[in-house]
Amino acid sequence: MNIKKMKPTELIMHVLTWGAAILTICALIYLIGFILLKGLPYLKPSLFSLTYNSDNVSLMPALISTVFMTFLSLLIAAPLGIGAAIYLAEYVRREGRFVTFVRMMSETLAGIPSIVYGLFGMLFFVNALRWGYSLIAGAFTLSIMILPLLMRSTEEALKSVPDVWREGSFGLGAGKLRTVFKVVLPAASPGILAGIILAVGRVVGETAALIFTSGTVAQVPSSALKSARTLSVHMYVLSGEGLHMGEGYATAVVLLVVVVAINALSASLAKKIGAGDK
Amino acid sequence: MPNGDIMNKNKSFSLEILMRGVFLSCAAVSILAVLLICLFLFANGIPGIGKIGLLDFLTGTSWKPNDIPASFGILPMIVGSCLVTLGAISIGVPIGVASAVFMAFCCPKNLYKILKPAINLLAGIPSVIYGFFGMAAIVPVFGNSIISACILLGLMILPTVIGLSESALRAVPEQFYEGALALGSGHYRAVYRVALPAAKSGVMAAVVLGVGRAIGETMAVIMVAGNQARMPKDMFPIPKGLFRGIRTLTANIVIEMGYAAELHREALIATGVVLLIFILIINLCFGDTLRRKKQ
Repeated sequence: MNIKKMKPTELIMHVLTWGAAILTICALIYLIGFILLKGLPYLKPSLFSLTYNSDNVSLMPALISTVFMTFLSLLIAAPLGIGAAIYLAEYVRREGRFVTFVRMMSETLAGIPSIVYGLFGMLFFVNALRWGYSLIAGAFTLSIMILPLLMRSTEEALKSVPDVWREGSFGLGAGKLRTVFKVVLPAASPGILAGIILAVGRVVGETAALIFTSGTVAQVPSSALKSARTLSVHMYVLSGEGLHMGEGYATAVVLLVVVVAINALSASLAKKIGAGDK
Repeated sequence: MPNGDIMNKNKSFSLEILMRGVFLSCAAVSILAVLLICLFLFANGIPGIGKIGLLDFLTGTSWKPNDIPASFGILPMIVGSCLVTLGAISIGVPIGVASAVFMAFCCPKNLYKILKPAINLLAGIPSVIYGFFGMAAIVPVFGNSIISACILLGLMILPTVIGLSESALRAVPEQFYEGALALGSGHYRAVYRVALPAAKSGVMAAVVLGVGRAIGETMAVIMVAGNQARMPKDMFPIPKGLFRGIRTLTANIVIEMGYAAELHREALIATGVVLLIFILIINLCFGDTLRRKKQ
């Protein structure tokens, strides 16, 4: 397109559109650049020592807790989410009343702010079930939070498996269950995995839902019933204390690296599905 | 052996039924979760509202939990949440929609390959990191203020708005755009006057989701907004008032929950109830938008 030949109104819209896009890109670069600039100088080996004290402000216990938290919440949410999606996609009429209702509920869950999940987790898991501030209370809270995401992505993945495959499997004499487990699920697995990885991203980044469920103890938890802070909570606590902002930014760098890796992994899996379609 | 065969069939048949039940109960978990969340929040929040008085709670202008007698009015926080959300939308939506137009209609292919993952990354960055960024990059310029919170939230809802608007724009049939071109309209006129209105419902859905995200955001807002419970009359004169701090519903809960007890604690849970009701109302509207999109 030749800019010089444009009408004035077209030119204005051209400038505004490109301007908005450039602004978005600049914001992203500024954001990442700023975190790197502030955090990298503080990224020292002492930051990775196994125990936390106020001298080394180590992020290692938080990192280990984050891994525990991720595994626990996936262990709870992934079977539930995948099972629910199998029911919705394979067992009932796809636009039936039950499906619509379940979908409405999972959309509602997806819209609830994380602090409300935090309050609920505190009232239900921490107080009513008497688990106290613990890894397991946090994991259960988060697993409800990531459930809609897992259901949605698994359902999409199951739907993208052509019906002919199911019919072929039935034709060969396989039952419903065998068809689901031996034919449909393997074919849908990259999509399901991409959803799981996105869920990992949400767990890793979550703060508000965890402060009042898993608490803020800065050591490696000795059991699932002990309080522990994840990386995000660790960052929030550091910002609240205000004494170790540099270490806070260094933690931000580590968290950012984790998030970028998660995103890249999920994107490459999504690409695999795209290639499979063709 | 025919007998064994029948046995086997019966066994697999009961397994089929069992697993069907298992899958059904998995699907029912999300219903159960919504019910439990509502039940527990309402059961713990409503008594507090009852003690304070619904009207005093919702329209009271002072939040002084430590005074004797204490006052629990959350109007300043309701106003704060709405104001900050409004600001975020008025910053994030125009930039987001224009960026989506860029992505769908103007972007060179090579640039798109970088830009699309970059926007996805923006969506995946945790809110604490946004908060740290805001504290270091926005607060020094604008202070712990309404305006800082609006800018940061505007940035945070950008990826949501861009992603949904872009897919809505891509779903518009190409003939719309080509038809406009054939009638003599320019590229941008065709995009903004024909394709964008055709994608309206998708863009609306993006805006509603953005509102939900902005109103529910907690950590990033706490770190930049200053968190003083303040009424709108303090915000005048306009440009100067916007540089004062503000507290949102979400911030109110996180900041005070750690040490609150008795009625104070109940009032904070009730704040969560109000927030939940806000979101449920927005979700109802969002469901409508989606259904209209399908028709």
